[in-house]
Amino acid sequence: MKQWERFKNSYFLHSFKHDWVAIVCFVVLLILILLSILAPVIAPHNPYDTASTDIMNAEMPPSWMEDGNPDFVLGTDIQGRDLLSTMLYGLRLSVMIGCGAVALQAIIGIFIGMISGYMGGKVDAFLMRIADVQLSFSTLMVAIMISAIFQVAFGVGRYEQLAVPLLVLIIGLAEWPQYARTVRASVLGERNKEYVEAARVIGLSPARIRWRHILPNTMSPVLVISTIQVANAVMSEAALSFLGLGMPITKPSLGSLINSGFEYIFSGSWWITLFPGILLVVFVLVINLLGDWLRDVLNPKLYKG
Amino acid sequence: MGHLLEVKDLEVKFALRMGDLTAINGVSFTLDRGERLGLVGESGAGKSVTGFAIINLISKPGYISGGTVIFDGRDLTGLTGEGMRHIRGNLISMIFQDPMMTLNPVLTIGTQMVETLQAHMNISRKAAEKIALEKLRMVQIPSPEKRLQQYPHEFSGGMRQRIVVAIALLADPALIIADEPTTALDVTIQAEIMELLLELCESEGTGLILITHDLAVVSQVTQKIAVMYAGKVVEAGLTEDIIDNPLHPYTQGLIKALPDGRNPGTRLNQIPGVMPSLIDIPPGCSFHPRCTIRGDICRYESPVLREIPGYRNMAACHMLGLKKEPTEKDRAE
Amino acid sequence: MKDRLIDIKNLVKHFDISGGLLEQLAVSKGRIIRKQTVVRAVNDVSLFVNPGETLSVVGESGCGKSTLARTLLGLYQPDGGEIYYRGDRIDGLTQKEMLPYRAKMQMIFQDPYASLNPRMTVQQTLEEPVVFHNPSISGSEVKDRVAGVMQQVGVDPAWTDRYPHEFSGGQRQRISIARALMVDPEFVVADEPVSALDVSVQAQILNLLMDAQEQRGLTYLFITHDLSVVRHISSRVAVMYLGRVCELAPTTNLFESPGHPYTRALLSAIPDLYDRRHKYIKLKGEVPTPIDLPSGCVFHGRCPYADGRCSREIPALNHQGKAVYVACHAVEEGRI
Ligand SMILES: Nc1ncnc2c1ncn2[C@@H]1O[C@H](COP(=O)(O)OP(=O)(O)OP(=O)(O)O)[C@@H](O)[C@H]1O
Ligand SMILES: Nc1ncnc2c1ncn2[C@@H]1O[C@H](COP(=O)(O)OP(=O)(O)OP(=O)(O)O)[C@@H](O)[C@H]1O
Ligand code: SF4
Ligand SMILES: [Mg+2]
Ligand SMILES: [Mg+2]
Repeated sequence: MKQWERFKNSYFLHSFKHDWVAIVCFVVLLILILLSILAPVIAPHNPYDTASTDIMNAEMPPSWMEDGNPDFVLGTDIQGRDLLSTMLYGLRLSVMIGCGAVALQAIIGIFIGMISGYMGGKVDAFLMRIADVQLSFSTLMVAIMISAIFQVAFGVGRYEQLAVPLLVLIIGLAEWPQYARTVRASVLGERNKEYVEAARVIGLSPARIRWRHILPNTMSPVLVISTIQVANAVMSEAALSFLGLGMPITKPSLGSLINSGFEYIFSGSWWITLFPGILLVVFVLVINLLGDWLRDVLNPKLYKG
Repeated sequence: MGHLLEVKDLEVKFALRMGDLTAINGVSFTLDRGERLGLVGESGAGKSVTGFAIINLISKPGYISGGTVIFDGRDLTGLTGEGMRHIRGNLISMIFQDPMMTLNPVLTIGTQMVETLQAHMNISRKAAEKIALEKLRMVQIPSPEKRLQQYPHEFSGGMRQRIVVAIALLADPALIIADEPTTALDVTIQAEIMELLLELCESEGTGLILITHDLAVVSQVTQKIAVMYAGKVVEAGLTEDIIDNPLHPYTQGLIKALPDGRNPGTRLNQIPGVMPSLIDIPPGCSFHPRCTIRGDICRYESPVLREIPGYRNMAACHMLGLKKEPTEKDRAE
Repeated sequence: MKDRLIDIKNLVKHFDISGGLLEQLAVSKGRIIRKQTVVRAVNDVSLFVNPGETLSVVGESGCGKSTLARTLLGLYQPDGGEIYYRGDRIDGLTQKEMLPYRAKMQMIFQDPYASLNPRMTVQQTLEEPVVFHNPSISGSEVKDRVAGVMQQVGVDPAWTDRYPHEFSGGQRQRISIARALMVDPEFVVADEPVSALDVSVQAQILNLLMDAQEQRGLTYLFITHDLSVVRHISSRVAVMYLGRVCELAPTTNLFESPGHPYTRALLSAIPDLYDRRHKYIKLKGEVPTPIDLPSGCVFHGRCPYADGRCSREIPALNHQGKAVYVACHAVEEGRI
């Protein structure tokens, strides 16, 4: 209850309530996330159910157009699946992969950043060079390498089932250095603060000082980059899918959906690319705007106490 | 001829999200030519804001919401643009706590001094350099010719502050406002800079407003002192009167709170509580929650700075100069 | 020497600030050499602290006061010398061997805004040291102890659930003191505990420190650059200059008859409310950096009494009688 009272009077909530961009973004994001979670319940069709799709319905325009069918509000894709339902399921996949990849990035990055920042010296130099090397590989190269290893290990056949964890792994591994650098920078800032010295004077072990005292104080920047990283991860996944390295068309994410429609854009079926494209842009945009707002609010220069 | 500077009922507000915050509220004082005034008070009392307001340098979201600053017969509060720049460059200089606020780290001292001069005067580079050298000699920088070619980071903190003093003196201003010029420096260097400022002001006839929280420093340099508390001047008078016979309970408490080496090991006199934040200034006298002689009136009526019968100091306190001394009952209140 | 609480012998602490190998390379006379930059923060410092006293360490910014304190408490590993606590050698101990001394020696810091963990409530901050050093202590006992200590430092115990940002600077410094007192220490190092506070609040904190000393029989090592505070609260004073102790004397001796030329200059520079425009001893030159220490006496470049010997030979901290120690050739030779 006390926590709630405190939250109610906080500067955080205050500035949220006075920033309509943040409110709109938050509401839109909330709706999108709800839609993605509830996709199996609210989607009018089940795009994964091959029995219920009919190839004869392929490339139907949205319902308000001449050849539209009221059954398929936003039209259908090239396989005859309801575009709206496929988009909802696709959003669901994108969100899952995005969040999963960011969680993985955060775990690796925070751990390495913390060790690096706290230990300093040679350990720091070594870990940060690894991070540099990792960053110099683009996500695409990591994807190609891991996919290759995967196909040798498991065979092409199981790709469909394992595509989601695989993409989480790829994007997670490719982008952890962002976290490591952010955490390291704030650990370096916190490490010499007097409250850490006080903890050392008490005799606490370095591990306890790291995780109990320093870590909570590095969380503000981590929170800020997390929002941006989720958006980035969703974009990375879309880019990989667009290049055919991501989700298979049988289980399309927003990216693979955009890709699949891209070939037909000039034959007039613009909706297959446009609607998932808009959804993706809106999703990424609101996250980025919220991230910007969060960064301003948490900026210690602007926010006292 | 009137005063060099007459600040009257000066009021500065900051327009913040929560509403307006009054940083200084009716500050008044005067300064004559060649006179030195100390502006003392605790952190947040409004000393720097007063200093900035005099030269009309309050930046957004702050604004001067009332009062006048008459300098040499002209009101500066309405002045903007070219007129104000002329005043700032030629007639009033400011010295800050951090010398790097004045010095540009990527330019040599010489370049900075010459450019400052040329911005306000129509003179050749040669002539400007001559003035710069002369001022560096005045602040006792050894081998000034060589020093002109050096960058700020090549100087120690004390030297940098001397250079800032030299820059402040470039245009032979009539008034220098020094905002905590020695707070970041060690005592030995502080003593040097203060002596320098004092000697220069005396020999050049320059007026000085010395802003600091350190009463002892002020007592060495100025003839007059104004004590600020929560955005107001609560006591003003001659330095010796303020130090030796303070009237306002806040000034008294402040002076008694200083360890002076006379009674080592004893408890220090402490003023209970802290200065209120400007967001919730108590009604009435803003000092009353901490005051030991307060009466009923202090709780709802704000005292004005006034002459106290029988004394030379001006003070803003209801309970001073009353016919009868406050009774025990008043104190218990 | 068993009766000394702390005994520091020839303590040395240097910081290597040369950075990575690449940054150390420099070109000199056409050849590439490896150049190391070392800050000689504390050099050959010997000091002792008697039980129950307040020993103040004064000196200008950068002279090594904080480094001395932090090395003494084992926050830095010394590069040389010995530290004894009641006769037990405590430098170079492992984390675990050090634990029993940790509860006896505590520290109070300068910056009231940085010395409390902003993400922990007062309760959490105060109970952590107690629970850590007495794992078997019961919950209610901890609560009582927290409340007791808060009462003593003058912070309302009803505020235990608040976070540091809800307190003023002075109150935070009280909480900081409370944290140090929680483990019932014998020895407290206070590194400029009042420098960041306003005068009226400074008096409150100094009173609190003096009261706590009286009630608990504490011993203080008090670091400050404010000489009027030193005069008020300390029994003895150590004056440092460029990483060395140049004078160690009882407070009254020091203020009434300073021995070392630097002490004389330092004391003369204190502005005195009641002695306006007094003369002070002007030092020539600049404070050298601890990266490039002068030869001989570190003060010789600025000293009015320096001679040839001063620039060659490092003066030892000599006993001058009546517990006064001075490191100066001129004093030793009776020239001043
Ligand atoms: N830019 C600003 N925005 C909002 N409030 C401000 C701003 N500048 C100053 N203030 C407020 O004005 C008040 C007076 O500030 P000022 O800087 O004059 O204090 P001061 O007496 O100089 O204190 P210090 O000794 O800390 O320098 C402060 O309480 C501060 O909160
Ligand atoms: N962790 C560190 N790494 C490198 N150099 C350091 C470190 N700590 C201190 N120093 C250097 O050692 C010297 C002594 O510093 P120290 O902090 O002990 O001085 P101080 O006397 O406490 O000064 P102040 O009054 O400014 O606190 C300084 O030159 C400082 O730059
Ligand atoms: S030893 Fe020499 S240089 Fe050092 S303080 Fe004494 S007289 Fe001065
Ligand atoms: Mg100020
Ligand atoms: Mg220090």
